[in-house]
Amino acid sequence: MARGREVGTSATRVDGEGARLPELAGVYWRPRTTDRSLTRTDRLWTLSTVAHALPFVAAAAVLAWLKPVLAPISLVLLVHAWAIPELYAARGAGVVRRDDRRDHPGEPVALGLLGDLVDHSTRELHARTRLVLERGRLGTWLIGEAGALLVRPGGHRVHCYCVKVPDRELPPSDRTAHLLLALRTDERGFATVANLAFSGAVWRLRRRLPAPAREALDSAAAASRRG
Amino acid sequence: MSRLVRMDQTGHTTVAEWTTDDPRAIDAAVAAFRAELDQGYYAVVSRGEGRAEQVRELPVDAGLVILRRPIAGG
Repeated sequence: MARGREVGTSATRVDGEGARLPELAGVYWRPRTTDRSLTRTDRLWTLSTVAHALPFVAAAAVLAWLKPVLAPISLVLLVHAWAIPELYAARGAGVVRRDDRRDHPGEPVALGLLGDLVDHSTRELHARTRLVLERGRLGTWLIGEAGALLVRPGGHRVHCYCVKVPDRELPPSDRTAHLLLALRTDERGFATVANLAFSGAVWRLRRRLPAPAREALDSAAAASRRG
Repeated sequence: MSRLVRMDQTGHTTVAEWTTDDPRAIDAAVAAFRAELDQGYYAVVSRGEGRAEQVRELPVDAGLVILRRPIAGG
């Protein structure tokens, strides 16, 4: 995959402070993402999930306590309580869904350019998982073709973003390269432009990912734990 | 040899090539660069260490300038 001169390195820290993505003009109403705002978003997301699930758990408990014969209904309610966070996590996993159009005629050329932008270990990981690992100030990113995952420092929490170049005709690796270059230009701006699909525990997301993406997520979590 | 490449449906297309000691090639590259920006592309130069810089004028000393499309939340 690597061809020609190395024009950048991955698995190194995204900087981009001071630069501004021009795409921010399209989401001018959004406050610029910061480390603190990500933490706040994560807590609000957790609170929201609990608020959705807790009534089902409470109702299940009350029903079972009032009338033990209603235990099957309680069970159904508990399944609902379990399913809500799982559905959110499934939505988050969807952002790194692979494009199966591997036969795009431009893909080999696009793959060569993407390979020039990253280092050897990242190229190998991408070859197995189709995700590019990039360390930033906000955490460790995994960039896909139409979305990105941000594993926060510590490796326990993850944010899933829908973000893409809106051109379906581009080869898959070109779309990944678009996102990678935008991320490297302005990491906080990138997180601001992207739409949050899920925020929560890494373990919860991991169960919803296909095996190759799980490997990439494990690598990103390990990188985030190392700091 | 420096290159200006555009990410497109072919993977990427080399739009211009130049060397710093060739003024005519530089002029042609600058013209091509401006035309691509007028088409809505953004120009990015990799600065190593996971950094990239968006540029609005062609940096003639850069080895590779990449043209990309705008991104958007999905």
